[in-house]
Amino acid sequence: MTEALELLTSASLWAAVLRIATPLIFGVLGALLCERAGVLNLGIEGIMTMGAMVGWLAVFLGADLWTGLLIAAMAGALMGLLHATLTVPLGLSQHVSGLGITLFASALSYYLYRLIVEVGQTPPTIEPFRPLDLGPLTDIPFFGPVLFGQAAPTYLALLAVAILAYVLARTPLGLAIRMTGENPHAVEAQGLNPIRIRIFAVMAGSALMALGGAFLTTAAFNSFFPEMVQGRGWICIALVVFASWRPGKALLGALLFAFFDAYQLRLQTVVDGVPYQLFLMAPYLLSILALVLVARRAEVPEALMAPYRRGER
Amino acid sequence: MTFKTTRRTLMMGAAATLALPTYIRRANAQTAIRVAGVHASPVENAWNSRIHLAMQEAAASGLIEYEFSEGVAATDYPRAMREYAEGGAQLIWGESYAVEREAREVAADYPETAFLMGSSGGPEGENFGVFGTRNHEAAYLAGMLAGGMSETGVFGSVGGYPIPEVNLLINAFRMGVTEVNPDATFLNGFIGAWFDPARAQEMAIAQIDQGADILFGERIGTADGAQARGVKAIGSLIDYTPRYPDTVFANAIWNYGPTIAAIVADVQAGNPVGRDYTEYSFMAYGGNELIYVPEMVPAEVVPAMEAKKAMIEAGEFEVPIDADEPA
Repeated sequence: MTEALELLTSASLWAAVLRIATPLIFGVLGALLCERAGVLNLGIEGIMTMGAMVGWLAVFLGADLWTGLLIAAMAGALMGLLHATLTVPLGLSQHVSGLGITLFASALSYYLYRLIVEVGQTPPTIEPFRPLDLGPLTDIPFFGPVLFGQAAPTYLALLAVAILAYVLARTPLGLAIRMTGENPHAVEAQGLNPIRIRIFAVMAGSALMALGGAFLTTAAFNSFFPEMVQGRGWICIALVVFASWRPGKALLGALLFAFFDAYQLRLQTVVDGVPYQLFLMAPYLLSILALVLVARRAEVPEALMAPYRRGER
Repeated sequence: MTFKTTRRTLMMGAAATLALPTYIRRANAQTAIRVAGVHASPVENAWNSRIHLAMQEAAASGLIEYEFSEGVAATDYPRAMREYAEGGAQLIWGESYAVEREAREVAADYPETAFLMGSSGGPEGENFGVFGTRNHEAAYLAGMLAGGMSETGVFGSVGGYPIPEVNLLINAFRMGVTEVNPDATFLNGFIGAWFDPARAQEMAIAQIDQGADILFGERIGTADGAQARGVKAIGSLIDYTPRYPDTVFANAIWNYGPTIAAIVADVQAGNPVGRDYTEYSFMAYGGNELIYVPEMVPAEVVPAMEAKKAMIEAGEFEVPIDADEPA
């Protein structure tokens, strides 16, 4: 038991928390942005897979890592455009379209990968983002490796939280997005175009999701596997509710989930006699519990999942 | 250094698959038999890749004609089997783990077709043969090397799910370690996925934090953790050394060629194939082997391992099969 508690003081655990959280932070921000404008995006799992593949492939074909991320984001935006086209102007079921996007994007990623890449015994590799070494900062005991020894995209994810929080809460654009998610008719009355705002939000959100996928292949690992997103997208969908559609809380939720995961990986090796499934279950179980406690007070965007049709009353 | 290892693997694999068909063809001078592979996963996934490679080699040597489907979902699996059976394949290779009942129904409907399935169950009827994955002997030998190399005496392992074929591998590795290092401590973790390299890597790092300095990587991603922290790792099924040159010093390789040769011989001879072909994965048949990088292994730990290897090949020592979940 003391061993289990001692784990909590190890810098390695907390460094792992940020690593594990990074793809979730991107994903949850992306899902949040879509939903804030009123569109549920269940394409997330496939969009993350697409981002993972495209980001990796770009680097594999000679782009530098940051360009790879940019191309991944663009691929994500493209998938977002598809989802938005189906759900916003055409007003189709957001659930059906989203799940369709997930199936389509996952399969397409693998298809393109197989067309372009020759796979040997193990899939080919790229030189991924390495943990930063900021000299004296990284050498600070405990905080150094946790805060200043991460791969660069992790800081981008944290920056994205701040930017999204600011844009949503403090800018006219953010107000328009939020209003589109609450009452698109009011947006229209203001002379803005809720259809365009929704399409923009879904594309931008999907780009963020794709960055989360790309992190898996350009920083957390250096190859692509078709199944490697492993449900991280679905976690993000739940985390949005946990976060009550607020970026700050979304960061908290992602960190919490990552903490449970990093901790259970360590507990598995320290605690004997408990079935490993219980440990693996823990992050999901605790997230559901947190969801139950928090979601009661969550303020759901009023127009979420309601297609906007002009002139409809 | 790594090139040497790779070439040896290649040559041994090629020799095994080339030699056996020659022998078989002498016994029964017949034309190549038509084999259809139904892979549930993409063929580059480690386990499937070993089978796919052996099939391609067998086809190149004229033993079989090989066609295949990959990434076949469980719901679609019986359909793919039937299609190949209708199409005149003489032997259908597959993996029935997720479709045990349906696969057996298909086999019953096509009594003239031979079936060879990776399976958790036993053989059935005249034409439904099964095989298990056995590279545990090589894992045991890898453990003997590792046991003499570790400085901390703590050994980690990262597995996907605790199914028998994973458990017996990790347990064999541990038994090998214990033979040369009775005081060894073992850590183990399952990641609950076959392909989540990021998580396998986090698990590896967690074990290294607990003192492990040699990791048995049942899953890809484990060696990445070892590489990041500068400790050593062992690969399973395929040769991971080219990918992690200074990290993976040994690999427990699985060779599927002997199994193919055995069932093809049965088909050609008209013998019923409704039996268990697992034994052809054993070292005595060349079904698994340890390859290692001599420069990375202290010379003094090699003789004991080589002696044990000779005993296994001669049938004097049997690596115990323990399919219980490792703690």
